[in-house]
Amino acid sequence: MTGPLHQGAIEPALAPAVQPLREPARGRTRRRRWSPARIGIYVFLLSAAAFFLLPLYAMIVTSLKPMDEIRRGGILALPQAWTLEPWRQAWSGVCTGAACEGIRGGFLNSVWITVPSTLLAIAIGAVNGYALSFWRPRGANILFGILLAGAFVPVQVMIYPLVRVMALAGIFGSLPAIVLVHLVFGMPVMTLLFRNYYAGVPHELFQAARIDGGGFWRIFLQVMLPMSLPILVVAAIMQVTGVWNDYILGLVFAGRDNLPMTVELNNVINTTTGTRQYNVDMAATILTALLPLALYFLSGRWFVRGIAAGAVKG
Amino acid sequence: MRSFPLPSRLSPHVALLPMALTAILAYLGGAAWTVYISLTGSRTFPSGRFIGLAQYGRLFDNERWMLSLHNLAVYGVLFILACMVIGFLLAVFIDQRVRGEGLLRTIFLYPYAMSFVATGLVWQWLLSPGDGLDGVVRALGLPGFTFDWIVRQDLVIYTVVIAGVWQASGLVMALMLAGLRGVDPDIWKAARLDGIPPWRVYTRIVLPMLGPTIATVLLLLSTAVVKLYDAVVAMTQGGPGTASEVPTKFIMDHLFLRSNVALASAGAVVLLVPVLALLAPYAYARSRREAA
Repeated sequence: MTGPLHQGAIEPALAPAVQPLREPARGRTRRRRWSPARIGIYVFLLSAAAFFLLPLYAMIVTSLKPMDEIRRGGILALPQAWTLEPWRQAWSGVCTGAACEGIRGGFLNSVWITVPSTLLAIAIGAVNGYALSFWRPRGANILFGILLAGAFVPVQVMIYPLVRVMALAGIFGSLPAIVLVHLVFGMPVMTLLFRNYYAGVPHELFQAARIDGGGFWRIFLQVMLPMSLPILVVAAIMQVTGVWNDYILGLVFAGRDNLPMTVELNNVINTTTGTRQYNVDMAATILTALLPLALYFLSGRWFVRGIAAGAVKG
Repeated sequence: MRSFPLPSRLSPHVALLPMALTAILAYLGGAAWTVYISLTGSRTFPSGRFIGLAQYGRLFDNERWMLSLHNLAVYGVLFILACMVIGFLLAVFIDQRVRGEGLLRTIFLYPYAMSFVATGLVWQWLLSPGDGLDGVVRALGLPGFTFDWIVRQDLVIYTVVIAGVWQASGLVMALMLAGLRGVDPDIWKAARLDGIPPWRVYTRIVLPMLGPTIATVLLLLSTAVVKLYDAVVAMTQGGPGTASEVPTKFIMDHLFLRSNVALASAGAVVLLVPVLALLAPYAYARSRREAA
């Protein structure tokens, strides 16, 4: 079963990144602490860190300043009159298109989209990975190869046919439509994660369960699922981040009443006329980025484990 | 196998039904339908009027499409080069037993957790002339300083590169660092005994050993280049004018705003080509390994 895009076509190269990072193993002599070379290393790393942190810092301080202060001082100055008003505005007052009710509606829409899109995607991915690793039905690896190749293809290649089919089915522009689309485009990564995880489970365990008379679903539910907690966490982080950060699918499929936060945010900033309220814009941007950032900062290592596979989504 | 009851033998097939439907109907079927539409004269709705490759001729006569391809090439080359160099340097420097490694890794990777939309909006503001970072430089004592690339037709695409590199080079760092940690410690011992300076070990020995990691990173970055859409929409909306137009945006505009479905589909098919060309070497390498 060596299809042109066999199951492992992409994943072996990803493997190193999915493993947790080890501490440096080589035994180089411990040099004197502050040689010029070491100072150079720290200067480079710290300036790089400053470059990476700059936008986050600028966003945070701007969101806490009144507008006249932004006009007067540079964007990097600390606020003199601290205020949370921009945050209140962004959450419940700013205009997104016609209505001026802030982006809290978009936040709730994103929650309603993300919850089912994550739970169902994980369920399907886990079953796929389990079936691919242990049962290996004929032809399944070819399907999986198509799925993985699809993960690298821009969604524009499939988007119009999906729109037509959903319109025919009468669900275009609704919550089920956007969830279904997220399931379709999230499936490669979810399946890959679980397939690789179950590939590391000793096959003898599966054989023993078969001999004890376990069927497909019983072995899955009673043997495999209970030991899948680590990969369930990784998959949840990847899918929540991916769905929450999605823009294009939400824009096309969600419909006017379900627009996710990213789309509303873009509407707030790029379609409003008149003077730009930078402090409100920045507060809205932070609010939109908050959930994935919080997941990242809190879950650290888990996030890194999943990010290589998740990078396929982009 | 005959000793097992029938339902259990069928369950794997039933369980994989969603995957089969997705792979065959959504992915293969969707791509095939798009190829078909691109061969017709469809405008707002698909039509069966078959006109061969005429849409592709129109596409490559279209100035906006050619500009978007040109932008994609400029963006792709610079984005990939910069991400690779910065990511590799960050990984090598972090690998020098520095203090605060965990914190530095967290800082370099956090932009990757943000959406392209948020990234694009932040950089739109940071780079906007007058209000943005150039104001800070002016306040620091260079009153005449301006950085207005984002409103310059000839330079705007480079600002998108800055935002893209900011977001993605941490990912390269994480993957490269994992690769570096996988290098056999004995190589370092041997190199030290022979008195080879570390920078030469990195360039001559370690870098070639990271081949598979580099290939993965290149694949991820280059498919991200082809998919570039959200960041441009958020940062420049393709402007000023059409100066920062990219193919994905051209396709979306012609699908949903300009009612030229066939032309958009032809564009999508053109995008499919580089992706398949990128994937082919992987599939080939894998099948060779399987055969061996």
